[in-house]
Amino acid sequence: MSPATVSDGARRFAPGAAALREQQAYVAGQAADARVNVELDTGDMTLNIGPQHPATHGTLRIACRLDGEQVIAAEPLMGYMHRGYEKLCEVRTYPQCTTLINRIDWLGSFANEVPFILAAEQLMGVEAPPRAQWIRTILFELSRIANVSLFLGDMGVQIGALTPVFFAFRDRERVLNQIEEVTGGRFHPNFDRIGGLKDDLPRGWIAETHAVMAKMRGFCDEMEDLLMGNEIFQTRCRGVGVIPKDVALSHGLSGANLRASGVDWDLRRDANPGLAWDQIDWRVWTHPDGDSFARYWVRMQETREATKIVDQLLDSIPSGPIMTKVPLIIKVPAGEAYVSTENPLGEMGYYVVSKGGLGPFRVKIRTPSFSNISIVPWVMRGTYVPDIITILGSLYFILGDIDR
Amino acid sequence: MSELTLTGALGLAYWAETSIKLGVALVVIPTAALMLGYLFLLKMMAFMQSRLGPQDVGPSGSLQLIADAIKFLQKEDIHPAAADRRVFRAAPVVVLASSFLLFVVLPTGPDAVVENLDTGVFYALAVSSLSVLGVLMAGWASASKYALLGGLRAAGQLIAYELPLILAVMGVVIQANSLNLQEIVRAQATGEIFGFGFVGNPFILTQFIGFLIFMISAQAELTQTPFDMPVAETELVGGFHVEYTGFRFLLFFMAEVATTFAFSALATVLFLGGWWIPGFDFDAPILNVLGPMVMLAKILLVAFVIFWIRFTYPRLREDQLQKFAWKVLIPLSLANIVVTGIFKVVL
Amino acid sequence: MPQLPGLLKGLGVTARTAARTLFPKRGMRTLIPAPQQGSVTVQYPHEKEAPPDRARGVIALHEENCTACMLCSRSCPDWCIYIEGHKVKAPPRRAGGKARTVNMVDRFDIDYALCMYCGICVDVCPFDALFWTPEYEYSEPNIADLLHDRIRLGEWMETVPEFQAYEQGSEQKVRAVPDFGPEDFAPARKLGADDAESDGARRLASAESDGARRLASGDGS
Ligand code: SF4
Ligand code: SF4
Repeated sequence: MSPATVSDGARRFAPGAAALREQQAYVAGQAADARVNVELDTGDMTLNIGPQHPATHGTLRIACRLDGEQVIAAEPLMGYMHRGYEKLCEVRTYPQCTTLINRIDWLGSFANEVPFILAAEQLMGVEAPPRAQWIRTILFELSRIANVSLFLGDMGVQIGALTPVFFAFRDRERVLNQIEEVTGGRFHPNFDRIGGLKDDLPRGWIAETHAVMAKMRGFCDEMEDLLMGNEIFQTRCRGVGVIPKDVALSHGLSGANLRASGVDWDLRRDANPGLAWDQIDWRVWTHPDGDSFARYWVRMQETREATKIVDQLLDSIPSGPIMTKVPLIIKVPAGEAYVSTENPLGEMGYYVVSKGGLGPFRVKIRTPSFSNISIVPWVMRGTYVPDIITILGSLYFILGDIDR
Repeated sequence: MSELTLTGALGLAYWAETSIKLGVALVVIPTAALMLGYLFLLKMMAFMQSRLGPQDVGPSGSLQLIADAIKFLQKEDIHPAAADRRVFRAAPVVVLASSFLLFVVLPTGPDAVVENLDTGVFYALAVSSLSVLGVLMAGWASASKYALLGGLRAAGQLIAYELPLILAVMGVVIQANSLNLQEIVRAQATGEIFGFGFVGNPFILTQFIGFLIFMISAQAELTQTPFDMPVAETELVGGFHVEYTGFRFLLFFMAEVATTFAFSALATVLFLGGWWIPGFDFDAPILNVLGPMVMLAKILLVAFVIFWIRFTYPRLREDQLQKFAWKVLIPLSLANIVVTGIFKVVL
Repeated sequence: MPQLPGLLKGLGVTARTAARTLFPKRGMRTLIPAPQQGSVTVQYPHEKEAPPDRARGVIALHEENCTACMLCSRSCPDWCIYIEGHKVKAPPRRAGGKARTVNMVDRFDIDYALCMYCGICVDVCPFDALFWTPEYEYSEPNIADLLHDRIRLGEWMETVPEFQAYEQGSEQKVRAVPDFGPEDFAPARKLGADDAESDGARRLASAESDGARRLASGDGS
């Protein structure tokens, strides 16, 4: 959570000879296991969920050892979609980096840009004017709504209900339209700039957004009737994939997954990095159960809360410029900064090291999904094949956020 | 059977009559299945999801399924390398055959029935469970883990759900005093409730619990949500038919819709009064024409409920389904039989 | 009042949605199914969505303003803009003034197969030569055709919408889209001379053949 842990982690990325041997031995052991399983033991079966499987929203692979339909061991294997963004950022200028960063969590793109820009601003010692901060926060929450509302429907499809996801796509489109009207991009806004924003809001946007927020609250109510209140949904989700508080904390879970385990922790409130969240009245939702249903419930409440946050912010936008004075060609002074925000999926942080050049010297991206699925082996032991899907669905990861 | 059969009226030989009926059935069934697929699977689902559904092929997209069928026919027929080829090929045929066999006994008029078996109910239920055999064959022969899991789930489901299905029908059989589907319709037409006999006595009124159990079990038998574990797209990626392509996949698809149609028809005959129209003489020949229409309307109604549930609910887990079947449905249907029996003896 | 079971509520939601889609109009008079209005589907090739004015659909080039300064090309994150230019002596704007040097664009290509639609090029252009337009229908069967040259990019200028007014409280100034003439005259007008038409056309032709030769000999771009 702090800069120190990240730089510690940087050393761990290069495996020493011993670690490499260990790894090879492990692979060989697995292969031997697999052979033995084929020849002697007919009890276990290895089932690969993914890399091409509808429930993995992309190319995650979960290697499961099954006894019948019960999972003995499950291991997430990732990297199928690794695009090397940390490395690519090193050969790009700061404005160019944001276009890459857009593509990490592709459902809530704008929220990805914010912590990176904030880190760069921190290094440069500039601060965006209040109007820019307000608009940033609004767009941040809009991308949260766009992102999480898709989850609310997608969870239904994971456990077999066809209709909710169409509702989600239908109503998310309204939010995306609002985002597009300001930024010009539905998915990749690339709107945040060091020192402010690219442009101001177009006329009439505030009123439209108010209307969309009311619609989204209606969507939440509809989902509650259609899915969350459904007894079948509850039997599928309650008590499935329970993550206790301490386990959640020790695996580095964040975001709604952590709050669903009863930990009252939200970076928007606890470590406000200079956006407008502290100016308005809202609350953090937690659920004590830690099961799949709790995760769904928390996200549902957060979507509702986000619509209220947006409504309040829209009413209180200060007037003024949207850009401070920054040089045309941005050079960030040497130094290190780590800024993390509470993104739709959890804590997303950028550790930016600058040597004073046009682009960052090194960027380490802490993505929430990567840490969130680290709990998969722990939580999947002893569950059934259908539960794998429920749990994966409720943990809610974005592949681009795992393999960045 | 009435004396006024087609054979009597037109002097046709038995074989001629049967082949006419079979010919009509072979035309009617695919058309009906297409209609069902289009109306519910494409259009109703689209409307329930604020969509428009197919639009381009034919008026309002009504020929979409035919276009789809042609598309499927063009596709390559792929066998997995490790598949048991003969079984793999036979499986979809078995599944489709089971649903066609179902139509043999379904009466749609005093004479409009392919073969009026005396043990019609028994036959229908026996034939319908043949399809699971095909599913199991498909799952096993595909040499795929997902398909195998799907096939096994289907088998497990069969055992759990065939029982309440049969027990639910038992109530009707007891009340109607017959296993003959035609006789069951007659019992509903001539029966009366509390001396009020104009609409007859559709068994849904007296056998409501039986009807509910029948519908739930049928949903499971048809592998429709919330009991679609054997095909579960998000878990088993399509389950038993994951390895099928082109024409063979089309057969599975047709079988699914046709079986839904057949089960809706069965529910109509058993619980909703079948083809009989209140106010008509039971044997009136005109019912051979009107009967099928009334029947179709009722079938669409039942199918609507089946698909409505399918589009709305998430699916249960296999063990939850078993629990539900053994702990709730079967005791309930047994109780239903006991109560029906007591009433039968007392009244 | 006891809670309705969730199972029934769910059925209600889907039924209500179906009814709303089929009969979007209120009142008893309008019981004619009108799913076209009730649904959210846009039947794309038959009807078209209108993206907002700011939508980043395709980039238009106002060649008259472009000085071939290469800023956009250098700041593009995937380097998909290809520019070549040359300097031309132009007669003074006013009689008696100094002769000017004008930068002519020989080649200005954007490869939309590579473009990430980030908008950085449009932002950095100091001379207002690049504009976004919300047009989106320019897919090609052949990937090489996604390379739009300056003529094609210039044609997009016609579709550039006016800049929108800002929400109140804003201190931004609304920019204006420059006037554009017929594309063939753009380089000529840049030269600004009376005999520009013939001169510009000649230069244009020579520049083009120049570029073509260079491309053919393999040292272009
Ligand atoms: S919008 Fe396209 S051409 Fe312009 S800078 Fe971005 S990637 Fe390059
Ligand atoms: S478009 Fe603008 S930035 Fe690009 S070369 Fe022309 S003047 Fe320079």
